[in-house]
Amino acid sequence: MNTFLRRFLFEYGMVVILVLLCAFFSVVTWSEQPATSDAAARQLGREIVARFGKDARVLLAVQDQAKETAFLRALERQLVSLGVHPVESISGEPKDARRVLQRQVAAGGKLDVVAGSDAAMSWLVFGEMGKDFPSLGSPHLVAARRYMWPNFLKSDNLRNIASQIAVIAIIAIGMTMVIIVGGIDLSVGSLVAVSAVLAALLIRDLAGGVTATPLAMIGCCTAAILTCALVGMFSGSMVTWFGVPPFIATLAIMSVGNGLAFKISKGESVGNLPDSFVWLGSGANFLGIPNSVVLMLFLYSAGHILMSRMKIGRYLYAVGGNREAARLSGVPVMPVLIFAYTVSGLLAGLGGVILASELKAGGPTYGQTYELQVISAVVIGGTSLSGGEGKMFRTLIGAFIMGVIKNGMNLTNVEANTQKIVLGLVILAAVLLDQLKHRGWGRRVPSES
Amino acid sequence: MSEGAPALLEMRGIVKSFPGVRALRGVDLTLAGGEVLALLGENGAGKSTLMRILGGAQQPDSGTIRLSGREVDLRTPHDAQRAGVAVIYQEFNLVPALTAAENIFLGRELSRFGFVARREQKRRARELFRRIGAEIHPDALCRDLSIAQQQMVEIAKALAFEARILVMDEPSAALTVHEVERLYAIIRDLKSHGIGIIYISHRLEEIFAVCDRVTVLRDGANAGESPVAEISRGGLIRLMVGRELTDEFPKRDTVRGEVRFEVRGLSRGRAVRDVSFDVRRGEVLAITGLIGAGRTEAMRAIFGADIPDAGKVSLDGRALSVGSPRDAIRAGIGFLTEDRKGQGLVLAHSVCQNFGLPNLGWLSRFGFVRRGVERDAFAQKIDSLRIKVPNQETVAGNLSGGNQQKVVLAKWLARQCDVLIFDEPTRGVDVGAKYEIYQLINELAGQGKAIVIVSSELPEVLGMADRIVVMHEGRITGEIDDPSHATQEQIMELAVA
Repeated sequence: MNTFLRRFLFEYGMVVILVLLCAFFSVVTWSEQPATSDAAARQLGREIVARFGKDARVLLAVQDQAKETAFLRALERQLVSLGVHPVESISGEPKDARRVLQRQVAAGGKLDVVAGSDAAMSWLVFGEMGKDFPSLGSPHLVAARRYMWPNFLKSDNLRNIASQIAVIAIIAIGMTMVIIVGGIDLSVGSLVAVSAVLAALLIRDLAGGVTATPLAMIGCCTAAILTCALVGMFSGSMVTWFGVPPFIATLAIMSVGNGLAFKISKGESVGNLPDSFVWLGSGANFLGIPNSVVLMLFLYSAGHILMSRMKIGRYLYAVGGNREAARLSGVPVMPVLIFAYTVSGLLAGLGGVILASELKAGGPTYGQTYELQVISAVVIGGTSLSGGEGKMFRTLIGAFIMGVIKNGMNLTNVEANTQKIVLGLVILAAVLLDQLKHRGWGRRVPSES
Repeated sequence: MSEGAPALLEMRGIVKSFPGVRALRGVDLTLAGGEVLALLGENGAGKSTLMRILGGAQQPDSGTIRLSGREVDLRTPHDAQRAGVAVIYQEFNLVPALTAAENIFLGRELSRFGFVARREQKRRARELFRRIGAEIHPDALCRDLSIAQQQMVEIAKALAFEARILVMDEPSAALTVHEVERLYAIIRDLKSHGIGIIYISHRLEEIFAVCDRVTVLRDGANAGESPVAEISRGGLIRLMVGRELTDEFPKRDTVRGEVRFEVRGLSRGRAVRDVSFDVRRGEVLAITGLIGAGRTEAMRAIFGADIPDAGKVSLDGRALSVGSPRDAIRAGIGFLTEDRKGQGLVLAHSVCQNFGLPNLGWLSRFGFVRRGVERDAFAQKIDSLRIKVPNQETVAGNLSGGNQQKVVLAKWLARQCDVLIFDEPTRGVDVGAKYEIYQLINELAGQGKAIVIVSSELPEVLGMADRIVVMHEGRITGEIDDPSHATQEQIMELAVA
């Protein structure tokens, strides 16, 4: 049990750090939350009946928002089921409320209770009801009870974090492979732009713009993604066949990609895309989880299986761990290296398409500095830059750590430049941790002459 | 050596141990000014370790070093330089991108007001080159120089800081006959200036040509010492070998069959020249020779790790076309490299992953590794090879040499190779594990495989082989068909050619 725990901490110590970060940001964003749940509506309905009886004349009011309207409907249902029929329900702004109150005065009606959401009950028009509309009597204001909950842990916020890191995390799958084989791919950021622009251009000019069919859009996106895969394969070939250092080869491709994206888009964002194009980036068809996040989780599972269960995964680790030993054991070193760069290019292409879908346009400035964020995620996840070591899911955790830190700092109003400093220090800390781990490992190896 | 005056260099009782190996067990060495001392010994006798200690690259566990009678403590190469010791290693210590003059003064730049006095450096370099008769431009980049010229730069470098002791490790290894003559001339000139030279070489004729005295090491201890004029070639060889043959080798009944593995006219650059041999079914062929004889290079060329310039390899009469290790493995050849840590294992990965590496082809289905099959196959090998590992997830780097070698063996045995090439199979392996590895080799030969052992240990060669091939400078210089009646002297005679 003890060894299991140690092993887990060694392999996934980052999970602990992620949990601690989440706990920290939960504590510092602990604050009062207005209740809008169904349960809160039912509770409020019961309270009204209990305090004012079934004959109470009740006016309901909420803000004109999806959540509040749902709250209103639930409250109405509850009251009706308890035998109370509200005089009127308002879902709108203060001026709507004023109009309703004026109508009530004109009709000579009286009110016992004004109830609704926290936000609506704080409207001035209700607060000064006694003064402005004395003929209504002196109705009581009853708001749904507030509760305490961290802003950080609200489901909206968590969904937000996940969808913000989805693109970075997806590209990081390919980067993890490249770093595990002992390389680096700096071209992913500019490939995001190439792919986004290319996909948008193809849809606009070839697939009929706003009238493009889903099938045609899939075709255009696939073409853009495959183009990036080919570029990745090209970088890989440079690295293997011609022995160009990966840093240089992909730095060159990064520049080429950047220039190409601007050239083919003529420097402008390419829009005029069908509304349905946003399905991938902004849609949420499964349990309210954004589609890009679902795709990310699926790809991580696939990446994990590939690395841990498949032959090619073993080869990737072996080539990174000791290229000569791998070669002498019959591992096809060159194809394995090219594979890693190809996957990296392909996923950068996919990232570009997701980004284009999210923003419903393809711009040449997309993906700038993504290569750094992606590498950061991989490094924070504990993948060794010297190759041969690393785990797919640790990269995902690395991406989440970055996402959580950024999001948490946004919630606590930390300004952008401070955020950069903190993120830089986090990356440094992650690398230091990796170094310490390696020394620990090295000490256990007897050194022979 | 004159009585009374202290010797230029006196090393006494030098002991040095590495984990598992006692490299030097109390070695003595004296060198007088103006003397050329030959340091001789088999591979692993301790020559290089002793010279690394003298050069300050390693610290002795005990023992004293005196220079002109004064005891010194050489903790770093820099200390040794300051004490007047220059070591020219086989791999030169030159920066290829710097000029000859810059290399000579590297780390000890002549300067004026903090600026490198380049003109002065060049002038001094030119002077030094003139003195040793080398035609090298001080501005020439070292990477553009020939091996012989680079050696001259190293010598000039030693002279530049007025070294009194010069160690040359295999200085003639890569030189042509003409260049060697030139080297002798330089050595004689240095000698006449009172510099003491330690000359390490495997070529006995050079020792007779240029050295005054010879010190022989064997198994990390002094084996003998003599003025060169008073010893014969045979006498030297007897001093070098002389290890007792014990019955540390398991016996086996050899059933030799038809020729299985054939190598013809294999050549690669200067390292491997026209090597031909064959191995029969059930036979153990040993290939021996001294370091640099091209044995490992020949095996790498056979295995496709390096691409040979010429040569044919065939197995069971079928010609093989080998362009990479992958091809060789597919054809049924297994290669247990000499450098286990650098080339045999991925040290940071688990033993099971290492075991699986050459076997993933048959271990996987539809690209997925069948973990269960892999674990069972490895468990079986752990049993049969008696590999001592806590579990299959143990990191390979944490094992002892013997167990590492067994893991490497396991990975090739699982492939059912027809030809197995063992390069120094028992280096860094303890005695118990050695015996087990020998038993396994015999067992494999008994199964009808063709076995090639590359080894520098003559007792091992004589004890294990059914036939011995000796190499020297890339060529096969002899073959011994009946090892049971051969002697170590006979082999050494061929190895030093």
